[in-house]
This record gives sequence, C-alpha cells and structure tokens, in this order.
Amino acid sequence: MSDAHAHAHEIDVDHHVRIYMRVFAALAVLTVITVAVAYLHLTTAAAVALALFIATIKGSLVACYFMHLISEKKLIYVVMVVTVLFFFFELLIPTISESINIHAG
Amino acid sequence: MSAAAIPYTVEPRPDTGLNNVKIGIWLFLASEVMLFGALFAGYILLRVGDPGFGHGSEELSIPMAFVNTLVLITSSVTMVMAWASCMRRDLGKFKLYMGLTVALGGCFMVIKYFEYTAKFHHGIFPSTSTFMAIYFTLTGLHAAHVLAGMIVNGYFWLPGAKMWETNWQQFTNRVETSGLFWHFVDLVWIFLFPVLYLLPVPYAHP
Repeated sequence: MSDAHAHAHEIDVDHHVRIYMRVFAALAVLTVITVAVAYLHLTTAAAVALALFIATIKGSLVACYFMHLISEKKLIYVVMVVTVLFFFFELLIPTISESINIHAG
Repeated sequence: MSAAAIPYTVEPRPDTGLNNVKIGIWLFLASEVMLFGALFAGYILLRVGDPGFGHGSEELSIPMAFVNTLVLITSSVTMVMAWASCMRRDLGKFKLYMGLTVALGGCFMVIKYFEYTAKFHHGIFPSTSTFMAIYFTLTGLHAAHVLAGMIVNGYFWLPGAKMWETNWQQFTNRVETSGLFWHFVDLVWIFLFPVLYLLPVPYAHP
C-alpha cells in the first residue's frame, strides 16, 4: 500500500517538477525585468507601484507553486487572508499615528 | 506510535486535512509576516518623513543584490527539488539538492558579508542615516533568517537524514516544512530587493 502510495505521488511529482522549472524561469526573467524597469525614469509613484506589482507577481509564484499554496487546504487560506489584512493595516500604523500627532500639535 | 507521541505528524487531521507540522509552520510564517511587516512599516514612515532619505541605487550595490536575488530564487528551486526527491524516495538526489540549498544560502551570506564590510570600510554604519539604519535592520534580520534556515536545512541534510530510514513520511513532511520557511525567506528578499535597492526618491540630493 505504501509502495502504491509512493508511486501515485511519483506521478504527481513529475508534473510538479515541470511546473517548478517553469516558475524558476519566470522568476529569473521577472528579476531581470525588475532591475530593467528601475532605469525607466518613471515618476516616483509609478516606479513604486510598478516595482511592488512585479514583486507581488514573483511572490505569488513562490507562494502558489513552491509553497504549494495554490492547492492548499482551506484553513491555510483563512490564516493567510487574516494575516494579509493585518499586514496591510500594520504597514500604515506608524504613518497614521504620525499624521494624528501632527494634527494634534 | 506510543501514547506519548504527538499525533498527526504524519497522517493529516480528519477535520482540517492538514498535519500538525503544516498548520504550525503556516502559523509561524504568519507571525513572521507581521515581524517583517513592522520593519517595512518603519521603512514607509522613515521614507515619508525624511526629505534626505537615501536613494538605494546611489548608496547600495545593485549588481550584488541582483546576484543575491538569483541565488535565493535558485535555492528555492533546489529546496523544492529536495522535497520532490523525498517524494520520489531518491535519497541520493535529496542529499544533492539539500546540499545545494545550504550552499546557495551560504553564497548569499558571503555576498552579504562583502556588501556589509564594503560599507563599514567606507565608514558607513546603521547610525549614518535613517536609510542605512533601516537598510541594515531589514537585511540584517533577513540574513539572520537565512542563517537559521541554513542550520535547519543542514540538520536535515546530514544528521537528521537518519529519519529517512525510520519514518520516511514524517521526514518528508519535515523537509517540506523547512522548505516552506526557506521559500518565505526568499519571498521576503523578493520584496526587500526592489524596495531597498531600486525605489527612487523624489527629492533632489545635495
């Protein structure tokens, strides 16, 4: 039974490995693009948005395929959605509290 | 399985479909997201509040960081191939890929070492500016995570691989779990690299 189990995984694994190699190629290309667009003389806002957009694509590829998030169970999705929401709020806490301080002065 | 053994280290829980290691590592990674999020939040505040905030491409070595980005991405591939080799029950390939993963982590640390010492050599320290403070803090914390990952991966590569013989499934789960941490470390760098090294600032420099 464990041999059949291992064999079934073996078939899955070959498919996964092909995907890993494609993701690797995509990540390498996107890394080159990341550096290339930094020399494009965009406005600061556009440069920041573009850099974060490309980084998000790369991060999503790592999370979805290397970390198997795309085929994970529901509990992990719930944990991650809650985390991401708190993360975005956390990013803004210092800046929000600073602006409150400035107006209170 | 003895009465004292922790359940669900191999078979998944029937209610969630997950084993303990997997739930545990994702919860830990959630806390790590908040940890690095706090430092990124600090970066945002410092950048918004400081008219003299450093321009990464002027102060840091983009080529070294670009190479380091490729090093970590490659190490993520070798890490997932190490797990795939476990799934294929190929101990030889597992040892090869896990060894490569640790070596690439070491390569990252060496490049980081040269980056840091070049700064120190020019009299540039975390105290030099707010930009350098957040640069050293973010990359320093990240490097500590690379080192921790190297230690854990090193354990599974050498002494820990004994579990292959006694409990192959649990060993494979552990390798996958260590991989999740390693991919997270790569993911943090994927954001660190453009934010610290590439983002322009709108202010003119004296």
